[in-house]
Amino acid sequence: MAHTLPALPYDLDALEPHISRQTLEFHHGKHHAAYVNNLNNLVAGTDLEAKSLEEVILAVAGEATKAGVFNNAAQVWNHTFYWQSLKPGGGGAPTGALAEKINADFGSFEAFTEQFKAAGATQFGSGWAWLVLDGGTLKITKTGNADLPLAHGQKALLTMDVWEHAYYLDYQNRRPDYISTFLDKLVNWEFVAANLAAA
Amino acid sequence: MRFLCFPRALLAPLCALVLLAAALPAWAAFELPPLPYPSAALEPAINATTMTIHHDRHHAAYVSNLNGQISANPGLGDLSLEALQAQVGRFPAAVRNNGGGHWNHSQFWAVMAPAGQGGAPSPELQQAIDASFGSLEALQQQFNQAAAARFGSGWAWLIRRSDGQLAITSTANQDNPLMDLPGLERGLPLIGLDVWEHAYYLQYQNRRPEYISAWWDLINWNEVNRRFAAASSL
Repeated sequence: MAHTLPALPYDLDALEPHISRQTLEFHHGKHHAAYVNNLNNLVAGTDLEAKSLEEVILAVAGEATKAGVFNNAAQVWNHTFYWQSLKPGGGGAPTGALAEKINADFGSFEAFTEQFKAAGATQFGSGWAWLVLDGGTLKITKTGNADLPLAHGQKALLTMDVWEHAYYLDYQNRRPDYISTFLDKLVNWEFVAANLAAA
Repeated sequence: MRFLCFPRALLAPLCALVLLAAALPAWAAFELPPLPYPSAALEPAINATTMTIHHDRHHAAYVSNLNGQISANPGLGDLSLEALQAQVGRFPAAVRNNGGGHWNHSQFWAVMAPAGQGGAPSPELQQAIDASFGSLEALQQQFNQAAAARFGSGWAWLIRRSDGQLAITSTANQDNPLMDLPGLERGLPLIGLDVWEHAYYLQYQNRRPEYISAWWDLINWNEVNRRFAAASSL
């Protein structure tokens, strides 16, 4: 099946001033689009062509000779998930069952925030910070480059892109400022709660 | 010291600190080298804003973070930056990452020069390039391919291997060909190109190949010649 670039779930300028229109134009219209395009070119004419995106990722994860397919497929998945992890007027603290689960597994929302910030700040080079469900427990993880929880038997609930292209036009070297803004102003907790409920 | 430590009752804690500091070994702290040219000197290929943030923020942070590792890692402060590269394997990741970041960026500033001021390959280097690649154009094509294909953050390198051959390689993040790391092609770096997004994103955004192509206008062949001569004499 041909993979397609999903539309952003909000306008290009909907996340300003925290993430600029210019950043989203490049991030969605160039980077994400390139991963989709590369993936379609790489699987064309192979037995991966008929598989869904998640099937492709699982089929090639850990295979050194298929790193190109994995990188592009995983980055297609990661970015689609990232757009949904953000929303205009987001951020702050979650409520309901998600808030209770966070308190139960991290001790407090502040402890969650601290761990999530640390994961994003210490992912050296390009990568992602995640809130995942792992065997029924919430955990914070970080992955390098394209790697993702699906390849490690975990269910992703929330992600934050810490590739420099996600924030460099708006924050340059100040990754911690981008991370704080992500948590304070942008997290789509309804999306996270829905992912938890569906798990 | 007598004078400084009087009256004792008031200044005793301060004196203790001063005496303690004097008794500690002088840590050979790593230092941020200044850019060898003004920050606007590489325009238009690399603009002043990019150079300033890259050097004053990114490179400075690697140096500062590396110095922050000295007290927790015996022996680190006694090593030269160059010597550290070949033994990062025995240190924690923070030393490898920040030590690599410091060395890589230091060589990066030196291997660039304002366009038109970098000279040309020496006859000896040109001969080695022709022997290993066939031509400079073929070298550049392979180098550009390695730089473009490095997924995520990293570096592309021209190295002189221990067998005397020149080769193209690339490393992830802040690793480099001097490091004692498994799976890494080792050699003495003659050219290292930064392909972290922070090296080019303000100007080129997703267009890394354009950055790589423009960057060749900045190559400081005089420095590459010097590195090649030094590597060949070992």
